[in-house]
Amino acid sequence: MRLLALATLSLSLLAAPLAVAAGDAKHPEHQHWHWDGVFGQFDRGQLQRGFLVYKTVCAACHGMNLLSYRNLGDEGGPEFPEDAVKAIAAGYQVPSLDEDGQPAERPATPADRFKGPHPNEIAARAANNGALPPDLSVIVKARHGGADYIYALLTGYKDAPADMTMGAGMHYNPYFAGGQIAMAAPIASDDLVEYADGTKATKDQMARDVTAFLTWASEPRLEERKKLGVKVMAFTFVFALVLFMAYRRLWRDVPH
Amino acid sequence: MAGDYKYKPTNGFTRWLDSRLPIWRMVDEQVLNFPTPKNLNYWYTFGGILTLMLGVQIITGIVLAMHYTPHEKLAFDSVERIMRDVNYGWMMRYLHSNGASMFFIAVYIHMFRGLYYGSYKAPREVLWILGVIIYLLMMATAFLGYTLPWGQMSFWGATVITNFFSAIPFVGEAITQWLWGSFAVDNSTLQRFFSLHYLLPFVIAGVVILHIWALHVPGNNNPLGIDVRGPQDTVAFHPYYTVKDGFAIAVFLLLFFYFVFFNPNYLGHTDNYIPANPLVTPAHIVPEWYFLPFYAILRSVPDKLMGVILMFGSIFVLFFLPWLDTSRVRSAAFRPIYRQAFWIFVVVCLGLGWVGAQTTDYKIFDLGPKTDVVEQIVEKAKADNVTGQALEAVRTQAEEQNRRAFDATDLGRILTILYFAFFLIAIPLIGVVETPKALPRSISEAVLAHGGSSQPARPQGAHA
Ligand code: HEC
Ligand code: HEM
Repeated sequence: MRLLALATLSLSLLAAPLAVAAGDAKHPEHQHWHWDGVFGQFDRGQLQRGFLVYKTVCAACHGMNLLSYRNLGDEGGPEFPEDAVKAIAAGYQVPSLDEDGQPAERPATPADRFKGPHPNEIAARAANNGALPPDLSVIVKARHGGADYIYALLTGYKDAPADMTMGAGMHYNPYFAGGQIAMAAPIASDDLVEYADGTKATKDQMARDVTAFLTWASEPRLEERKKLGVKVMAFTFVFALVLFMAYRRLWRDVPH
Repeated sequence: MAGDYKYKPTNGFTRWLDSRLPIWRMVDEQVLNFPTPKNLNYWYTFGGILTLMLGVQIITGIVLAMHYTPHEKLAFDSVERIMRDVNYGWMMRYLHSNGASMFFIAVYIHMFRGLYYGSYKAPREVLWILGVIIYLLMMATAFLGYTLPWGQMSFWGATVITNFFSAIPFVGEAITQWLWGSFAVDNSTLQRFFSLHYLLPFVIAGVVILHIWALHVPGNNNPLGIDVRGPQDTVAFHPYYTVKDGFAIAVFLLLFFYFVFFNPNYLGHTDNYIPANPLVTPAHIVPEWYFLPFYAILRSVPDKLMGVILMFGSIFVLFFLPWLDTSRVRSAAFRPIYRQAFWIFVVVCLGLGWVGAQTTDYKIFDLGPKTDVVEQIVEKAKADNVTGQALEAVRTQAEEQNRRAFDATDLGRILTILYFAFFLIAIPLIGVVETPKALPRSISEAVLAHGGSSQPARPQGAHA
């Protein structure tokens, strides 16, 4: 009973952050994700497809400066084979110095960070009508609703309601706070990419895949964390049980 | 009372050591064989849980500090490097960030336990005061730590909280700038906050030692709130309570690990994964959950200075609690009126926490249209020769747009009054008017009445 009361008390304390109002935006619907739940892990193929969408579509505007090309081969991630990672990296030119110490360019290696589309914030804004496309490295953890929100945002573009005055260059999206977003629907038609695994590149499929990729990028240790978590919880549970039995045994003859 | 048992060195070496540094005597008398009331329930395991959590925070914190960079341009990325590239860095960080929340869950339960069983009363006033000092230090430490990742909430939380000090008349601005080390929250602020965040947990550890020392002079209180009369009322701390506390700790760890491994960002704010930006104010600045009740008190007062005074007052009142209480009976189990007041107070605190998480104008009940405003609008329309259907339309629209509501601030005001009323009115008064129930003569008598030695041990306290 005591423990029950205790659990209730702590839960009601924990429920407090839930009450935080999410603003005026439409609440994203919950989607079923491959990594949901205690044992949920990423779908390797989906992460690889998601990377392709990011690279082909989003990377024109959004950087991911916390990631390096080598991460694409990391365990628990898209797990591209080593030579594929090298080839992806080599597709980008990064600044370097030549033998005379003069500024030059060289092909990127897996150790390099993802190359962003814009040299700096001013350039990024100039290219986007004054709006700044945020870096997407931790985007899923940086938004209420996480993956559900990203997916809803990507698939939620609609015609603006008649009574809404849209700002210049703004697009209506009910999931975005305020309803007006400077990003045009990035996934507006099917077949923006061609998937190597033969999956049909519908709008919905691309939105899901890129959301999965961004989720991994935000939380690259998710698989390791859950796998270890299951073991740690199991151990602690058994440990608690042993201690409980020891406690009952020890106190059996002590009235208390 | 702690004096009944005396350590006897058993061999040459321990005799030699005992006359030079009686450290084993201390361990033996103060820990292993410390006489502890037989009837402590699970609410008493939180002191041990807190000690463990302090250790967890210090150890994980030291590891994090090895990889963290306190600089406005580097801090956010350095934390992400810990999450991505440091071996088990994600685990260290999630243990530390969720550990802070668990620490506060434990300390709140620990403090409510003290309130319920009257553990702050003579002869444990100093013990209680040291507890309140620990609590203040914990809040300072948690606040400083939260600024370190230098996300949006870090930055704006630090801005809001340091701005409290600017409410102080005359010297407010000077004090605020002194805290910042600058004219705004910036790199100098971050660097000093890191330095202090590293320091304070060790100060806490020092005060915890005093706290336990002050505990061991009178010995533990207990759910009956009556004094220990002799050895028949106690058991040795080890193994009886080491094992019982150990079990409680393991259960507590299950909850802790659930968050760390399966829901690590649940207790945090998404905005803190956006790098700090002094030019963009987040839509809704909210402190961490454990500060919400105080935030609600702050916001329930229209005047900034008064708000800050009440907010600090809500904690400082705890220092005076031992002298505000006029009842000599400790445990609420024997105090029918106080017991009800206590539970109302718990609800008030949870309510304040809820209010703290809402926007101030969050509507709880609608109280109908503001008739005076509506009438004004209608009169004005009449003056403009609006009549018939059109006038009705004006009225309907005015009624829709001008409504009175009972909002979060209103609720916060009521709860703030109740919060202070509990300490300043209820506690002094109840002690005078209440007739306590008869106290048992001793702990052992009471536990025997509850079920003899032939019964299997049941975790039960007097208030069950
Ligand atoms: C043409 C440039 C462009 C492309 C291509 C683009 N975006 Fe954006 N994106 C932007 C801009 C500009 C913003 C800032 C919008 C604002 O703040 O109103 C933005 C904002 C976002 C946001 C943040 C929304 C929020 O809640 O603040 C996300 C998430 C996002 N983009 C994801 C994507 C994804 C995923 C893709 C690829 C499928 C993509 N973007 C492609 C320009 C682009
Ligand atoms: C770092 C934080 C703290 C630690 C590590 C700590 C540790 C402990 C320990 C080990 C005990 C004995 C076991 C128990 O009764 O639970 C204890 C007792 C006590 N603590 Fe704390 N404590 C902390 C914070 C506080 C705070 C914030 C308060 C109150 C403001 C407080 C008030 C008390 C009281 C009154 C007792 C005696 C309880 C009784 O005998 O009935 N403690 N503490």
